[in-house]
Amino acid sequence: MSAFLNQKQTQALTIAVTGLNANDNPGPGLAVIRALRAGFNADLKIIGLAYETLEPAVYLRDEVDKTYRIPYPAAGIEALKTRIKHIQEIEKIDVLIPNFDAELYNFIKIEKDLLEMGIHTFLPSHKQLIQRDKANLKAFGDENNFKVPADDVIFKASEINSSAEKLGFPLVVKGKFYDAYTVQNLSDAYNAFYKLQAKWGLPIIMQKFIKGIEINIAGLADGKGNALSVIPMRKLYITEKGKAWAGITIENENLIDLAKNFANATQWKGSFELEIMCEDNGDLYIMEVNPRFPAWVYLTAAAGQNQPKALVDLALGNPVNEFQGYKVGKMFIRYASDNIVDVEDFQKLSVFGEL
Amino acid sequence: MRLKANIATSENGFIFNPSTGDSFTSNGIASEILALMKSGETEEKIKQKILDRYEVESFQLEKDWDDYMQQLKEANLLDL
Repeated sequence: MSAFLNQKQTQALTIAVTGLNANDNPGPGLAVIRALRAGFNADLKIIGLAYETLEPAVYLRDEVDKTYRIPYPAAGIEALKTRIKHIQEIEKIDVLIPNFDAELYNFIKIEKDLLEMGIHTFLPSHKQLIQRDKANLKAFGDENNFKVPADDVIFKASEINSSAEKLGFPLVVKGKFYDAYTVQNLSDAYNAFYKLQAKWGLPIIMQKFIKGIEINIAGLADGKGNALSVIPMRKLYITEKGKAWAGITIENENLIDLAKNFANATQWKGSFELEIMCEDNGDLYIMEVNPRFPAWVYLTAAAGQNQPKALVDLALGNPVNEFQGYKVGKMFIRYASDNIVDVEDFQKLSVFGEL
Repeated sequence: MRLKANIATSENGFIFNPSTGDSFTSNGIASEILALMKSGETEEKIKQKILDRYEVESFQLEKDWDDYMQQLKEANLLDL
């Protein structure tokens, strides 16, 4: 890639990042920060934006320079705007990278307000967000010739029986924003429905089970129909929650074409992740489209296409050319580690909302 | 039978399929056969080399060869 740096990037950048929940169902924040630090070296100040006091990356002080708590998405855009404005008066943030699906709607809504404050973003539109929503994915696939498993979007538990009859077992029961359970019978389907309803609300998506190899693709698109970076990753170790705990970059032109076609069909702007199931016959099914970086996005930097850095360049209006080539066979292997923290730090974040 | 062109093999018996991310380990003789296949040797020449180098009856070699090719096929490593 050749990114032409403008005046702004000759100075130290301040970048705000959410998704600091580096737990067993990790948000992408920490991986984004690591990629940014690798891309911008020392000329970087990272502002963490956290919803909860126990988001692990908040306490990784070598990675996150300062953290502020922000209101939950349910508090609405005014509360978010007010909080960001306060933070901006202190920190002079250049670029903000939201990393949660559930917060994106609000951040897109206040995109112009953020820019007026001097904060740049590079986000998809509300229309794009809705197009790839789990509840709309099948229709989106049918319209654009992408293979998407048959599904049923249901609002009541009483719809489970007919849905299961139509789709058969095993069946994947998915939450509105996150989480999915593969179930083998009606009893498990009901359990999954109620668990997901309690956690994420309605609707629940019942999706036909597709057997194959799980592959994820991290992408970055310019909003003009072009995918500037595409990195496919085969999941090598999958947790009980279905998260990749280890993975490896692979070469497969069909996967790259699929991501490029997706960016073109949607005119996608910003980061995205395609969750793919590759059947034995090579058919590629889009299982989900996440409107943000994946938690494994640091692998893109390791493979030679630093997507978070490129997104910052795009947000700042710097030209970014399409990446060419990446290292195949680059692996990530996640690990868990106990970070020791003094209660004073926890107290500061709990009481003052800052650390 | 030919190995897919992009399959990576190493002297220590490690096999990597960059299209799928699958990896395998193989024993000494299996990796020797893979190396010969990669170098473009024909099936007949490879078998002859094995017969010349190891104490094995040809009927046993044929049987083991078929088993091994079946394994490679199932592992999606052959250009069919």
